[in-house]
Amino acid sequence: MARKLTRPTVYGVMAEFDDPTHAVAAAQHARAAGYTRMDAYSPFPIEALSEAVGLPKNNLPLIVLIGGILGGLGGYLMQYYLSVWNYPLNVGGKPLHSWPAFIPITFETTVLGAALFAVFGMLALNGLPEPYHPVFNAPDFALATRDRFFLLVEWRDPKFDRAVTGDFLRGLEGVKGVSEVEF
Amino acid sequence: MSAATHEHTYNAPRAVDRVQSVALAVGVAALLLALALSFVSPGGFPVAFWRPYLVAFVFWTGVAVGSIPLMMLHHLTGGGWGVVLRRIFEAATRTLPLLAVMFLPVAVAVVTRTLYPWTFPELAHEHVVEHKKFFLNVPFFLGRTVFYFAVWFALSRPLNRWSLAQDDEPDPRVRRRLRERMQSVSGPGIVLFGLTVSFAAVDWLMSLEPEWYSTIFGLLIMAGFGLSAFAFAIVCAVWLSRRNEELAAVYQPRWFHDHGKLLLAFIMLWAYFMFSQYLIIWAGNLPEEIPWYLRRLRGGWQYVALAIVLLHFSLPFVLLLSRDLKRTARLLGAVAVLVIVMRVVDLFWTVAPSALAADTTSAPATTYGAGAVLSYAMSFIAPVGLGGIWVWYFARELKKRPLLPLGDEGLEAALEQPHGHHH
Repeated sequence: MARKLTRPTVYGVMAEFDDPTHAVAAAQHARAAGYTRMDAYSPFPIEALSEAVGLPKNNLPLIVLIGGILGGLGGYLMQYYLSVWNYPLNVGGKPLHSWPAFIPITFETTVLGAALFAVFGMLALNGLPEPYHPVFNAPDFALATRDRFFLLVEWRDPKFDRAVTGDFLRGLEGVKGVSEVEF
Repeated sequence: MSAATHEHTYNAPRAVDRVQSVALAVGVAALLLALALSFVSPGGFPVAFWRPYLVAFVFWTGVAVGSIPLMMLHHLTGGGWGVVLRRIFEAATRTLPLLAVMFLPVAVAVVTRTLYPWTFPELAHEHVVEHKKFFLNVPFFLGRTVFYFAVWFALSRPLNRWSLAQDDEPDPRVRRRLRERMQSVSGPGIVLFGLTVSFAAVDWLMSLEPEWYSTIFGLLIMAGFGLSAFAFAIVCAVWLSRRNEELAAVYQPRWFHDHGKLLLAFIMLWAYFMFSQYLIIWAGNLPEEIPWYLRRLRGGWQYVALAIVLLHFSLPFVLLLSRDLKRTARLLGAVAVLVIVMRVVDLFWTVAPSALAADTTSAPATTYGAGAVLSYAMSFIAPVGLGGIWVWYFARELKKRPLLPLGDEGLEAALEQPHGHHH
């Protein structure tokens, strides 16, 4: 297969389904047929669909872990700095560095750090914000947030061929329509 | 019976019989060993026997009683994770008659006034305890335990009966009505569970040091009960999943994934209560509260406490973050076994140091020495002993019914293979 050096005129071929079972089956068939660069769109998360289109594992869990560790360390050290260095106060005769009292806030800042890294890490990994994306050129695509399910084979796929891929998708069970997605 | 189960009966595998006989033999042997050791331990028989026995009794009661709210939670919320565990929870709750019998030695300890300091005549003049006598007295204590068991029995028996009735019921409307009945018992049932376990925790454990009190203690023990029961159910599920193909198809990675998440949540809940109690008592530093911790953070006990922090919380917490671990039956089972062992260690750490508070005639006052080590070893031999007998009874109950609730509405969805539906 020759490497694709130039960008073709279509972004991919999109198949439309009106029930999740057919969409999952279609994705599994496409995968079995050798397609590797696919994406799917549905109004609700379907674990089997993600697995079928072969979404790669991403680094988000690692990013969240780092966020949690940084948040926890930051929270603890902040309290340590405040209580021991910046503004030492004798509370009930306890040592300035009273770790049990620091734990609740350390816990909170751990959660905060993990949550912030989760949200912004997710946005960064998704390449968001992205004001323009070709998939919105597909007809009826707005229904992907309501009651339609879409399977896209991208132009980057080594097996991609406008005509052959289109025919393949048209031949799948339960398909409601197939269209080429303009860039 | 639903279409999904036509060709399957989901009977318990033959290997359960072997587990049963091994468990009984090990159990009786370990219990006799613990009894024998108590004669040569400081304090002698029966005094040296009571605390190890209490650890064992409370732990296994926790597995059985903790299964009640888990079973109810499934009736209230549904979900595949619970469909595949329900029969394990049910069998565990059917061991309550055995546990009621196992309470008898504790009752003997109370009646003979040899375990709980509030029963000792020489402590009667102590001011604080004197004011608690209306609650902490022998007849009322025994009556309350009878009441707890009566409530637990009354809650779990109908749920077991209706669940079985669902299995053979051909009419879906009747099955549905049975489900609704189980739901309507489960809501108030969880509240009753909370109240009774909270009081049982105060009676059986907190009153070992009657001058001490902690308002979160009931919740802490409750979380421990749920954790013990859930970890035990996971071990059963992992074991069953490795017996044959039929069961391997039931206990799928996606359900173990859910079980792992719930186990993590229970561990965090327990750790939250555990730390809250410590933080409040540490911050208050009051003379009637802090000695409870001083006894448990000195003289060698601080290492047990550290082990609890690291192995009961930190290690399982970190391990259970991994998705792959949760989806691998063997690894999840190993974490559940660790949790079970640490539940016993936690109860040991709660119960055994109370001997340091009581008067010196009732128990060893020292932590060190061969005698002390012997009496502490008993705290682990006794749970094996009682556990063997309990597992024998549990396995007997588990065998009596199909391993899956055949009449449950969610059964088909729970058995569906994630990749199988288009071939």
